[in-house]
Amino acid sequence: MKLTFFHMQGYRDLPDDFSEKYGSVWVDPPNDELCDPVMEGQYLRWNLKELELAASLGFDGVGTNEHHQNAYGFPMPNLTAFHLAAVTQDVAIVLLGMTLPIYHPMRVADEMGQIDALSGGRLVAGWPVGTSMDVNHCYGVTPTQTRGRWAESHDLIKAAWTRPGPFEWNGKYYKLRHVNPWPKPIQKPHPPIWLAGGGSLETFELAAKQNYMYSFLSFGGHLAGSAMMQQFWDTNDAAGNDDNPYRGGFAQIVMVADTDREAEKLYEQHVKNFYMKSLHVAPQFANTPGYSTKRSLVSAMQKMQTATPFDPSVRKAVTWKTAIESGQVIGGSPATVREQLLDASKKLRVGNWILLMQLQSMPHELTNYNIRLFADQVLPHVRDLWDDRYDASPYWPSGAKRPVLDHRALTAK
Amino acid sequence: MEANGTRRTKLPLASGLVADLLHKGSGPPLLFLHGSYGRSWPGLLDGLAEKFTVYAPLSPGADEPDELNSFDGFSDLALFYDDVLRALSVDTVVVVGHAFGGMVAAEFAAHFPERVSSLVLVGPLGLWMDTSPVADIHSTYPAKLPALLFADPESAAAAEVMRPPSPAQTGEFMLARALAQGAATHFYWPIPDRELKRRLYRISAPTLLVWGEEDRVVAPAYAERFAAGIPARSKIVRIPGAGHYAHIEQPGAVLREILAFTG
Repeated sequence: MKLTFFHMQGYRDLPDDFSEKYGSVWVDPPNDELCDPVMEGQYLRWNLKELELAASLGFDGVGTNEHHQNAYGFPMPNLTAFHLAAVTQDVAIVLLGMTLPIYHPMRVADEMGQIDALSGGRLVAGWPVGTSMDVNHCYGVTPTQTRGRWAESHDLIKAAWTRPGPFEWNGKYYKLRHVNPWPKPIQKPHPPIWLAGGGSLETFELAAKQNYMYSFLSFGGHLAGSAMMQQFWDTNDAAGNDDNPYRGGFAQIVMVADTDREAEKLYEQHVKNFYMKSLHVAPQFANTPGYSTKRSLVSAMQKMQTATPFDPSVRKAVTWKTAIESGQVIGGSPATVREQLLDASKKLRVGNWILLMQLQSMPHELTNYNIRLFADQVLPHVRDLWDDRYDASPYWPSGAKRPVLDHRALTAK
Repeated sequence: MEANGTRRTKLPLASGLVADLLHKGSGPPLLFLHGSYGRSWPGLLDGLAEKFTVYAPLSPGADEPDELNSFDGFSDLALFYDDVLRALSVDTVVVVGHAFGGMVAAEFAAHFPERVSSLVLVGPLGLWMDTSPVADIHSTYPAKLPALLFADPESAAAAEVMRPPSPAQTGEFMLARALAQGAATHFYWPIPDRELKRRLYRISAPTLLVWGEEDRVVAPAYAERFAAGIPARSKIVRIPGAGHYAHIEQPGAVLREILAFTG
């Protein structure tokens, strides 16, 4: 398996009454009332240290993602990736990703090309469509253009990375006389492209058609995600693809402590805090007309009975016990986490884990503890799964040569 | 024939697109362009159908989003409605538009001034004042929406707009509403200002500007902005007891004003 320590880089201190007092964690939480730039600077230093620690302790990848005007996310993952590319040696840099519809595609081609060059070919190029909150509400992209802009950016960046420059591009949204990025990425034909999503059929089909890694991102956990991942594998099957688990990825909250009881004691408040505050997203921002295809809308209408992680009744009821039972959190002693992770890996058939190990309000020291314990007592025992039969290399950056360090020796220091 | 006495026609256009029209009545042609919540057949149109042949087209993309690939902006919409009139063999027409439909109606009258005999704009989008921004119904918290849209959020008129005709039709209603808003915002997201003000000088049709006195989406002060930009004769009427949906909250008053203005 490939295990990536993933940092959402959230704002760690929101007021206790946040979800009663404010309408949404995303788009309109008022910045002057809630976001102190001095505190943000401190968080950023912690975030980088936590990512560097994970890199030094043997995780296969370190990664981050992108959200805007959002108290649990961070707007500029490419800057984080650039820093990590400079200060680490052999770990994969999982940039998951740059939200294509809000950027000029040549900017993405340039920045990802530079990160791949700086890292020596260790970049995972994540190209999410982006949420409606980020793309439509924060960046003002017309909802009905979201997918068209994504598709054209995808085609243009891939062409820019694989065709000899300069060449001309006459697209609907972008018209260029000289496509010629300096440099192209080191990785040939291009860095592995990862998609991320919440289970839309269109994205499954795209991943299957293009042989991209698909990472399921939700906060519903591995049990709720299993039906979605089954649809993903069915889509692959229908496309005539192999069943290499490295085609699939899953984002999962993981929290380790010395014992199950200790884990509950240390982490429960942060899990509750996260579900209460971070998933407090106003419906008019999440369900923007024009963002979803008609097919997805019809499908969503049919599933209307299914509660989403954004529903207040679901969020308020979360405790450590329910989070473990529902699979929202894989947590407990190292033995418990090993067992749950291996079990979930097999059930979901995923080779790539996006490990969410810093949840918003978690302090720096507790995050470090989680990282160290996982690296020492979980990672070595689970990472060999799949590797006897399946090849990760089509979906993994060629310059990332993990595992090469004796991470147990390192943690002992 | 539909239950309300309207007929529905799928009208092939020279562009290859097909216009979806509800129509009723006889007499001179009148085009009614709906707002961003989509097409319905409010009582006002029954009243108008006693004097006019009322055509209520479905805005492009409001049922099938793929149609929007043929539309990048308001000029494409103006050409679409010109194609509709050509296919109907109609030369001149009364154009009535509400909100987004009012913005389309004003653009059509500016693009094809010789085709519009009278123009009626009910709480139209299309202009912008920083001192009084047009509200964004698409990012308003759902609980606050009725008070934003209606003079009386508890009225039967508000229910007519906000609720499905029956609980069994909820899914269908929500889908149609989502598709219609997506198709409307395709043209004006996130701010309904596409420089209509530069083109108002081309409108030669006498123009009736109808505003609910309590329109909290497009403030009544916008009426004077439209009137100032349109060189043709214009008349402003403000309807008491009405918000952004003046033609649904006070259909009788709006009908009388339109009939008097076009008569």
